[in-house]
Amino acid sequence: MTVASIPGYRRAGQGQHPVNAHAAYASSLKRAPSQPLIHLPHTLSEITGPTFEHFPDDPKAADLTLGRGGQAIGERIVVSGRVLDEAGRPVRRTLVELWQANAGGRYRHLVDQRPDVALDPNFDGCGHTLTDPEGRYRFVTIRPGEYPWRNHYNAWRPAHIHFSVFGPAFATRLVTQMYFPGDPLLPFDPIYNATADEEARKRLISAFDWESTIPNTALGYRFDIVLSGRDATPMEL
Amino acid sequence: MALIPTPSQTVGPYFAIGCAPGNCDSLAAPDAAGKHIVISGRVLDGDNAPVPDALLEIWQANSYGKYAHPEDTQDKPIEPGFRGYGRIPTDDHGKFRFRTIQPGPVPGPDGKPQAPHLEVSLFARGLLRRLVSRIYFPDETANETDFALSRVEPQRRGTLIARKMPGQSAQFEWDVILQGAGETVFFDC
Repeated sequence: MTVASIPGYRRAGQGQHPVNAHAAYASSLKRAPSQPLIHLPHTLSEITGPTFEHFPDDPKAADLTLGRGGQAIGERIVVSGRVLDEAGRPVRRTLVELWQANAGGRYRHLVDQRPDVALDPNFDGCGHTLTDPEGRYRFVTIRPGEYPWRNHYNAWRPAHIHFSVFGPAFATRLVTQMYFPGDPLLPFDPIYNATADEEARKRLISAFDWESTIPNTALGYRFDIVLSGRDATPMEL
Repeated sequence: MALIPTPSQTVGPYFAIGCAPGNCDSLAAPDAAGKHIVISGRVLDGDNAPVPDALLEIWQANSYGKYAHPEDTQDKPIEPGFRGYGRIPTDDHGKFRFRTIQPGPVPGPDGKPQAPHLEVSLFARGLLRRLVSRIYFPDETANETDFALSRVEPQRRGTLIARKMPGQSAQFEWDVILQGAGETVFFDC
């Protein structure tokens, strides 16, 4: 197969991703492009992307609760799942990064100066890992707190964890957020609700998971991440 | 296809804590072949205000026009000191700057080589989904027949072409204008 006839990646269907111009999300108003995106069939530039074959494994980076000489404050949880393509095939050896607020709902970031919640000296709120040959990943962390934000009157973000995943190609790059089942704030969150398709939106909600729950230690949540799959037909012109 | 893809969500304002370990503003080892260059610029919003909480990711071929990826099967050398990936946050003034090498041409789907270019992903608070763009180089005759550039209206193509810095042959400027006059071209990827 020549490089001119390698299949590209599938485009998501209508409503399966948010569009950037989303009036309910105030930060988008001055940042979303006003011109339509220009359709670009995938070329060699988009079907390749950074690989992580030789990225060093660091098990400590997947446990956010280790802290500095003490245990992070809050409800310890296990967040695990698989990174898959749309056909259900595992995405192997790809980098998964995550970041989140602490148990009280504050980020260790200069911009987050929430006065009523302290930083936890034993919780930085960031981690990373690589998927295994079955596409599995696993983090131990703290259930993040909800927090107020200035988007609209009495606005609160539902508890969430930010995820960044690369996948096999530039075209499969994804940054998303994981939510928790039954969160009463979800119906009011403009970011969660920016995805029009309800079935796609539900992908963002993790599921409680007995299998990964550790007795006397941590509840388990399962969050599978599905990246764009391969097109059946080659790129063509 | 059986599974619905996971929707994108914004990186929000605090991505720096999660992404900092992967930041890389120097893409090429000193001995990497090719012309070593610096690309800098600013990210501006619809009010022309700097965007201090944006993140650029770069993906590019080496100077031979070869991607460090198993699906690039071209008979061209891969370089150990050049992976082709960079990640650069904007500073308090919306500025970014990175060092790399000028990529060689890579094949296009129409059988013609594509003009040398860098792929760019842009993430920021306020963007629910990443924006995808490309950086091309001035004075490249291949720009005139490039596969991606030719899909863009002629009057907007300039937003994808870096500017030469006066008297500096290895320094280029490329700004990202998210919205409004001079808006950068973004691709559906």
